[in-house]
Amino acid sequence: MDFLTLIQLLDSAVRLATPLLLACLAGLYSERAGIFDIGLEGKMLAAAFFSAAIAALTGSVWIGLLAGIAASLALSAIHGVASITFRGNQLISGVAINFLAAGLTVLIAQSWFKQGGRTPSLIGNARFEPITLPFAEALQNVPVLGPIYYELISGHSILVYIAFAAVPFTWWLLFRTRFGLRLRAVGENPAAVDTAGVSVVGLRFAAVGICGILCGIAGAYLSTALQAGFVKDMAAGRGFIALAALIFAKWRPWYALYACLLFGLFGALETRPDVIENLIGVKVQIQLLAALPYLMTVIILAGFVGKAIPPRAGGEPYVKER
Amino acid sequence: MDVMPKWAEVILVPLISLLLAAVISALVILAIGEDPVAAAKLMVTGALGSTYGWGYTLYYATNFMFTGLAVSIAFHARLFNIGGEGQAALGGLGVALACLYIPWPHWSLALVGAAVAAGLFGAAWAAMPAYLQARRGSHIVITTIMFNFIAASLLNYVLVNLLRPKGSMDPASARFPDAVHLPTLHELLAPLGIAFSKSAPANVSLLVAVAACVFLWFLIWRTRLGYEIRSFGHSESAAKYAGMPPFKIIMVTMLISGALAGMMAINNVMGEAERLVLNSVEGAGFIGIAVALMGRSHPLGVFIAAILFGFLYQGGAELALWTAIPRELIVVIQALVILFTGALDNMVRMPLERMFLALRMRKEV
Amino acid sequence: MTTAPAIELKGISKAFGPVQANKDISIRVMPGTIHGIIGENGAGKSTLMSILYGFYKADKGEIFIKGYKTQIPDSQAAIAAGIGMVFQHFKLVENFTVLENIILGAEDGRWLKPSIAKARRTLLELSEDYGLSVEPDALIQDIGVGMQQRVEILKALYRQADILILDEPTGVLTPAEADQLFRILDRLRAEGKTIILITHKLREIMDTTDTVSVMRRGEMTATVKTAETSPAELAELMVGRKVLLRVDKTPAQPKDVVLDIKDLHVRDEKGVERLKGINLTVRAGEVLGIAGVAGNGQSELLEVLGGYAEGTGNITVNGQPLDLTGKYSDGQSRRAHGIAHVPEDRQREGLIMEFAAWENVAFGYHHDEAYRSGALMDNTAIREDTEGKMERFDVRPPDPKLAAKNFSGGNQQKIVLAREIERNPDLLLIGQPTRGVDIGAIEFIHQQIIALRDKGKAVLLVSVELDEIMALSDRIAVMFDGHIMGERLPSQTDEKELGLLMAGIGAQK
Repeated sequence: MDFLTLIQLLDSAVRLATPLLLACLAGLYSERAGIFDIGLEGKMLAAAFFSAAIAALTGSVWIGLLAGIAASLALSAIHGVASITFRGNQLISGVAINFLAAGLTVLIAQSWFKQGGRTPSLIGNARFEPITLPFAEALQNVPVLGPIYYELISGHSILVYIAFAAVPFTWWLLFRTRFGLRLRAVGENPAAVDTAGVSVVGLRFAAVGICGILCGIAGAYLSTALQAGFVKDMAAGRGFIALAALIFAKWRPWYALYACLLFGLFGALETRPDVIENLIGVKVQIQLLAALPYLMTVIILAGFVGKAIPPRAGGEPYVKER
Repeated sequence: MDVMPKWAEVILVPLISLLLAAVISALVILAIGEDPVAAAKLMVTGALGSTYGWGYTLYYATNFMFTGLAVSIAFHARLFNIGGEGQAALGGLGVALACLYIPWPHWSLALVGAAVAAGLFGAAWAAMPAYLQARRGSHIVITTIMFNFIAASLLNYVLVNLLRPKGSMDPASARFPDAVHLPTLHELLAPLGIAFSKSAPANVSLLVAVAACVFLWFLIWRTRLGYEIRSFGHSESAAKYAGMPPFKIIMVTMLISGALAGMMAINNVMGEAERLVLNSVEGAGFIGIAVALMGRSHPLGVFIAAILFGFLYQGGAELALWTAIPRELIVVIQALVILFTGALDNMVRMPLERMFLALRMRKEV
Repeated sequence: MTTAPAIELKGISKAFGPVQANKDISIRVMPGTIHGIIGENGAGKSTLMSILYGFYKADKGEIFIKGYKTQIPDSQAAIAAGIGMVFQHFKLVENFTVLENIILGAEDGRWLKPSIAKARRTLLELSEDYGLSVEPDALIQDIGVGMQQRVEILKALYRQADILILDEPTGVLTPAEADQLFRILDRLRAEGKTIILITHKLREIMDTTDTVSVMRRGEMTATVKTAETSPAELAELMVGRKVLLRVDKTPAQPKDVVLDIKDLHVRDEKGVERLKGINLTVRAGEVLGIAGVAGNGQSELLEVLGGYAEGTGNITVNGQPLDLTGKYSDGQSRRAHGIAHVPEDRQREGLIMEFAAWENVAFGYHHDEAYRSGALMDNTAIREDTEGKMERFDVRPPDPKLAAKNFSGGNQQKIVLAREIERNPDLLLIGQPTRGVDIGAIEFIHQQIIALRDKGKAVLLVSVELDEIMALSDRIAVMFDGHIMGERLPSQTDEKELGLLMAGIGAQK
């Protein structure tokens, strides 16, 4: 495999890792606060549709992005009301949200655009265009580093940079601020937070809200940056791969980045089976690559590669007791 | 005392949830510029107005009975099996192998053999998540979701690389031999002098599904095993006191659950498609969740809810055919049913409980 | 000049549905003192303190802090009023450090680093002032319970609490750790803090408090100066002079040993030793009563005998050894040994509350010949049997189809009792037979226990009600802190002596 193929492969891995990373961090906030969220998929999907649709209608991708975030937040609100206010089953709520998004996006897409559940193709300002970083073109021909900078690091949409910046930011927020301390505490032992005089409900809603915003960006990236427009079911299980990555990362931000890059690389390799064959001399089934994130998660869950311990209070509604 | 009388618990609560889901669905239809009343009428005539419509309604209902029962039995042990989709897909593989590689002399024997194969494959696919839950405490919800995706990849591989006939471009198995063709309702009812649509896919598996409902009712409410499953689901501490082993209960429950989901394949793979295609389950595994929640995990409730969802499916298809409303409307309705009967149960229940409490107070004064 | 009391409660009442947890309670605690509140489990001590900490709202009554009338709607208000609480079950985040736990909710600004730095300095000062040394960067999960409790105390001090409530603080501590705790409390008092100590252990009250209030059944029965009272008087006030329940019974005629326990040790999930070498025998035809304050190992004893907790040692029933850890340490195998068990907590263990009465009658015995036909349950037979049991045990209403949760406490207990006793077991384990049971049913339940004894069966009775132990037992063993403190004959002892043994005072081995 030549150097350029490698760079291209990694470049493609970065693109595919971005929505995973955003969704994975979204789940991280929610689950760190003790609210399980298997509705990442649905929130991404809703955001993907609304950002594409509004971008197509207004011609502005930024308004589209806001619309996507708003849609995702609306679903987060449902999840919050069901699982925090009414102490319902968080898993069932997540399942409902996934279906709600799957159905509504197509329904509304059909009603608005009459193109069989898709939005029109986005062009110009209705799409996030790649950004060329300073000096990228000038340095293009510098050996080794030039192509890495030009192909791999430069030339992505702004959302990719936001996603990668979100990793250190999340780490900082969780481990260096008061809010982060309280958020982590509420996912481990809400009673400790409550007796310390801090609102459990408020913190959990905040976490679910952040989760909504990040899923919104993830969805917007799918339809306005990775692709040019919304198509039915375009989240395609990414919400669940993000969930898998979250477990793989043991609910830690930097590990989430590595896990998502790894899963992004699997995705990139899926489209280039020839690369693997050249590399290891054995033909690997693309289906195996597609299943790899899930297989690895199961192995992690089984405890063969260190035990993944989720936040202790995860999934349990908080009921005050003596 | 119970705050609510039993009839309210069993009928009123699901009914109100359903009503809420229906109202919001109607609003959605309005919002996309269609007429909800006309849509409802079309759905009823399309799904129930002819034997053709009934044939499809019952065909879908058959699928949902199997997957609904699968989710229900797990619920009784307080386990949430989201893996019906993957288990049903594996069941399809079991059916395909049984039908393609065993020379069955008669459809009835083939049905038994295929059902056993489907059940075994489905159960095997549920076994691993069950074991991980029982022994390692890995959350069964996450593992069953993962197994759904792994199943999809596995079937993709098997269909593309192993079962696809030479020269075919379609990722699907060869057509099953005629000997394993299952009689449709048309063929079953004709000797009785009842005319039933020829082109509807409902077939003899419906009877197997109904039998499964009865069997499960029997299992849950009549056998010692069902008693242990229910005890474990209600109170793990009490089950321990009584000496009921949690490992055994989790394993057996999930094996039965997986087998039921897998057996769906005798309907959609053997009865309808008569070959194994990609994504043959078409979300029926997930609809099982809605069906189980709505049917309150009781086999009779599951039976009724499955027919209701069969009606929605067929009605939705008719809508998509004759109006601008896409099929996805039923996905929305399904989501709302899960939301209201499952996650927002307390929202429906709390005001009702207050109402009944007030009523009783007034009676006592 | 008179100083205002640090805390004054006037006429506090609180009901949970029909249960009156606190009835018109008034109390005054002077600053710089340690005030004890003593009472049996369920006497309403914790409820009272939860009201003071803003967890519950009182139905009636007023709270004065340092002379000012104060509303305490939530924990935040309690903290603001200078109240700190150390709960029986610690409210700590296990995978946080000591410092992180201390600043949680009381951070100094938005950023963590300066908060932690400040907390580190404050902690150092506090440690020196009160002799409370902790390792600030250790994770909670890595330090012992005694240390964890210090963190809870430091949490309160860090919030500048000058009133400290400790709810059963020694429940999880070893005696040495408890001694340390009391030294710390002395020091806090010397520094002018006000301390409320909730406990059911007499010795702690006698050793540490200045004044003591006794609670019984939601009421405050007395408040006295500790120096002017005695353990005996407190024991009497605590247990109360209830109507003595009389049980007509003939002297026991003990025969062969049925249950023989030798050197039984049990550890809980956290690895804390709960039974520390128990030796007991119960003979056919006698009732052995285990007296003791709740939480001293009685529950663990019943669980091991019942087959759902593991232990080490030797236990034989009718000469046959019981499996204490392996495949046959479960409820089914125990029943096969002729052991029946009426558990302490009938709602969590003895019954499935959602099941009908008849389903509960088969609970644990569902594999029995009489109740099954093949793989099925013989529901008709079970229902018929239930009808008979309900009649013989006077269960009301006599409706086998009614769910267990819809029966009163006494009738629930009769269902469990009927199920276990009518098996004709060789050994009956029975825990808190009359907890939450109405007076009428108590008498009936007591008669059934004696009737079983008179049939020549062995009975192991665990109860925190001393009256009950006295009325039913042929021999009494007192448990304290995982040990048997001693055995007495009911005819040769009295409640005072037993009360002292229960408090860990007396002929310790």
